[in-house]
Amino acid sequence: MADEVILLSYWPSMFGMRAMIALEEKNIKFDYREQDLFNKSQILIETNPVHKKIPVLIHNGKPICESLIVVEYIDETWPGENQLLPSDPYQRAQAKFWADYIDKKVNGPTRLIWAGKGEEIEAGKKEFIEVLKTLETELGDKTYFGGETFGFVDIAFIGFYSWFDAYEKLASFSIEAECPKVIAWAKRCLKRESVAKSLPDSDKVTKYIPELKKRLGIE
Amino acid sequence: MAERSEEVKLLGMWASPFSRRVEIALTLKGVPYEFSEQDIANKSPLLLQSNPVHKMIPVLLHNGKPISESLVILEYIDDTWQNNPILPQDPYHRAMARFWARFVDEQIYVTAMKVVGKVGEERDVAVEATRDLLKLLEKELVGKNFLGGERLGFVDIVATLVAFWLMRTEEVVGVKVVPVEMFPEIHRWVENLLDVDVIKKCIPPEDEHLNYIKARMDSLKLKSVQ
Ligand SMILES: N[C@@H](CCC(=O)N[C@@H](CS)C(=O)NCC(=O)O)C(=O)O
Ligand SMILES: N[C@@H](CCC(=O)N[C@@H](CS)C(=O)NCC(=O)O)C(=O)O
Repeated sequence: MADEVILLSYWPSMFGMRAMIALEEKNIKFDYREQDLFNKSQILIETNPVHKKIPVLIHNGKPICESLIVVEYIDETWPGENQLLPSDPYQRAQAKFWADYIDKKVNGPTRLIWAGKGEEIEAGKKEFIEVLKTLETELGDKTYFGGETFGFVDIAFIGFYSWFDAYEKLASFSIEAECPKVIAWAKRCLKRESVAKSLPDSDKVTKYIPELKKRLGIE
Repeated sequence: MAERSEEVKLLGMWASPFSRRVEIALTLKGVPYEFSEQDIANKSPLLLQSNPVHKMIPVLLHNGKPISESLVILEYIDDTWQNNPILPQDPYHRAMARFWARFVDEQIYVTAMKVVGKVGEERDVAVEATRDLLKLLEKELVGKNFLGGERLGFVDIVATLVAFWLMRTEEVVGVKVVPVEMFPEIHRWVENLLDVDVIKKCIPPEDEHLNYIKARMDSLKLKSVQ
């Protein structure tokens, strides 16, 4: 196959991880290009002129932006193995609904936890726990969010797991105590090679946060 | 066309751009549906039960099964009734359509809401920010009749929010956010939309709609004064 696949990403980004996991699930070889978001490369600005954010997937020269859109593109372009979205329209809609829920609800509170101070951290923690409980209810006793097979919603959420240790330390709480099923699910996901390969070590993320805050000019 | 035994019900609001998107899609597909007007100030048990997570309209009930979030509903409709496709077939063009749809909801809508919600200098800032975003849409329209290309598509349906809400609100707010001199392509596109029967049929009647927007803004102002 003459496919040229390039991924612009940034190692601690859960959005970048989504694209990586999807490519790994499909066994697509790709050229990973780490981006410096504090000094954006010409290629990033050219391929995502609207948002100038990673991830960007460049497939045979054509750029695709927005992580969930990238994951769906990967699923539609390489439909063969490991289907990520179910074919049944109703199940598909449910998967999209939950991935969208994660995009709408998880980022706000978790950012308060790692980038906020005092009361903000507390508020972030409280809201994050509520969101986690909603997700835990949706997961129920299923192996993965979509049932027996690993898929779209799992990919949308699992990257955040690499930040859990940091959230717990910064906001002094235990996610496992609050939502044991979510942790059991995350551990199941990590047994997949695609996930294990794409998530950084929790330790590395936790240690990186002070530096990240400094670079962002908070703290 | 829908089969006889199918039951399609939309929990919506006549003045909501999100709800109208779903009506446009169903009408385009020729799917008969029952419309159930909801009162969001006093949410019905059916709404709470069908969308327990966000408790928002629109919700589509297809044979009793609920689907929420207008963009998700539009894709569901396109997957379920395959005549008159809304999304392009090719994965890359599908991705681009989804990209612009998200852009309308996450950028334009969010920013334009501030034009309505703010006054004075803050409003001026919001107007400028909205225009900066609309310039990208303007560019997308060059050489095209619709955002979807030759025919009405996914992004057009989503962006009716710009054509018939944002651009109607400006008459009530008294600030021209989308002046024709600055946005000739967008204005041309709105004319093209108005030539489509389905659109004409599925947008709220202008006078009633303007009165509604005015009343809503008045009540919002009253609240902020208190
Ligand atoms: N909605 C986007 C979010 C991506 C995102 O937030 N990327 C961050 C890194 S985690 C970024 O590139 N930020 C650069 C910037 O904001 O300037 C997606 O899902 O892809
Ligand atoms: N993202 C949603 C937005 C829908 C929305 O904003 N619905 C409003 C009415 S226009 C609503 O139901 N609000 C009720 C509430 O906020 O309590 C979609 O695309 O469907």
